[in-house]
Amino acid sequence: MLILGIGNCYRSDDAVGPLVADRLAALGLPAQEHSGEGAALIDAWDGVGRVILVDATQSGAAPGTIRRLDAAAEPLPAAFFRYSTHRFGLAEAVETARALGRLPASLVVYGVEGRCFDFGEGLSEAVAGVVERVVSMVEGEVVSLGPLPTSPHL
Amino acid sequence: METRTIKVDALARVEGEGALYVRVKGGVVQDLKFRIFEPPRFFEALLVGRPYGDAPDITSRICGICPVAYIVGSSHAMEAALGVAVPDAIRNARRLLYCGEWVQSHVLHAYLLHAPDFLGFEDSIQLAKAHPGVVERALDLKKTGNRILEVLGGRAVHPVNTRVGGFWKAPPRAEVRGLLDDLRRARDAAVESVRLFAGFEFPDYEDDYTFVALHHPDEYAIDRGRIVSNRGLDIPVADFETHFAEEHVAYSNALHGVMVGADRPYMVGTLARYALNFDQLSLLAKQATADAGLPRVVRNPFKSLVVRAVETVYACDEAVRLAEAYEAFDPAAVSILPRAGRGTGCTEAPRGLCYHRYDLDGEGRIASASIVPPTSQNQKQIEADLRGVVQANLDLPDERLKDRCEQAIRNYDPCISCATHVVTLTVDRD
Repeated sequence: MLILGIGNCYRSDDAVGPLVADRLAALGLPAQEHSGEGAALIDAWDGVGRVILVDATQSGAAPGTIRRLDAAAEPLPAAFFRYSTHRFGLAEAVETARALGRLPASLVVYGVEGRCFDFGEGLSEAVAGVVERVVSMVEGEVVSLGPLPTSPHL
Repeated sequence: METRTIKVDALARVEGEGALYVRVKGGVVQDLKFRIFEPPRFFEALLVGRPYGDAPDITSRICGICPVAYIVGSSHAMEAALGVAVPDAIRNARRLLYCGEWVQSHVLHAYLLHAPDFLGFEDSIQLAKAHPGVVERALDLKKTGNRILEVLGGRAVHPVNTRVGGFWKAPPRAEVRGLLDDLRRARDAAVESVRLFAGFEFPDYEDDYTFVALHHPDEYAIDRGRIVSNRGLDIPVADFETHFAEEHVAYSNALHGVMVGADRPYMVGTLARYALNFDQLSLLAKQATADAGLPRVVRNPFKSLVVRAVETVYACDEAVRLAEAYEAFDPAAVSILPRAGRGTGCTEAPRGLCYHRYDLDGEGRIASASIVPPTSQNQKQIEADLRGVVQANLDLPDERLKDRCEQAIRNYDPCISCATHVVTLTVDRD
């Protein structure tokens, strides 16, 4: 089991992933911050059966909107996340790993719609207001998955 | 006048808008503007008032791809300001860490972002479907870079074990030596990469570049040396601001780097290092260039792809050398007494020379900060290349012209955060 909170804590709402990861780690869950660089993501989940990612989205939905995506079952909508021609990010990592047969057996992505991605510290109100809800959703997800397998290799 | 607007991909989430505008009249490029967004300015403001020790951690968040460049560059500048020097053991451990970043960054860019351009694939996902072995090799190589960062830096991304003055904890000898098998395997894979890329077809384009890079007589410069050019420049790092300036251009919120008194732009990064420091490459890296038929100076910017692979061979080779010689050190960092001062630091980030300057007050708090990242230095040269590439390819339809422009921008491996996303290309054809 691995939980990665993706984002940059110096880019306003982009910090939501790392903040959620901090909260989950404090609860004793295997959660950590991640920059979201795609090849490093594929490396990070190598050999891990259950992975949960939390990342900010910018899709045009209302700020604070939470989405749960089952990435093991269906392709990620690239435009939700940091998609660009110069970046190998979350969506590219997931689809490249899928092409190579290197996706974790269970890969769930929580997206939290951000409002502001300017350089600066601190979440906007709408996003700050849902952090605890995301934390409990991920926590609930971990509980529903049952006890951790004895071997991380599936 | 006919105007065509071509949308290039979806939005770039955080970096703001980047755009390329081209005006063509009578078959001649009249105007070309390449606009980018540049966050280091923001980070400079964020640093003021904080203790000196915060600079490496904060500046390393500028970029998810090259945190080590910011950690080492800002640490050097702080150490200069505070009047301390680190012993060789710490310097070598930093250099090993830096080799890890070169491998990570070069492999990511060359294989997953740039190579698809040459093979006619839209992205790495298509590449993975068509040539899974190639992408697997890239991920394996990248993983070796990640391992170096984990062992030396405590984490694969955003190292946490580094500090001004050295490390929090000296990496254990057994763990560093434990990297060797992977490093030797990665070195072989890097040699294969040079062979693979050298076989690609490259657009026919060359320019007589002004190359600028760090240079050190005893080693391929990464973390120390003087700043030199192929046109006679040879200065200590502390003189950077006397010879280089940044000018504001109205159409971009990025500052463009210029060499004071020069009538042409300059280039930092892979091709510059290779041209200025070829003699300092390891034997194996030199052998790889000979096998690939690469000249000692490469002036075709598209061939930066191959040179990046050569530098990956070097970084693996150098990492093997450093890991073989590694002994844990104590203390893990030199002791520091806060004081007022000014310090500069310069290293070769994967995408080129990155300069830092800080002023500290008597308590060691940051009074002012200035960072000149490689991508802002390359701005003018990227524009000049684009002008040449567009002019040479005006017969192409807009869509293919756009692809060629993006490929040309990627020659510079523009840092995802320090640089650019081409969101739209607008071509005015008269």
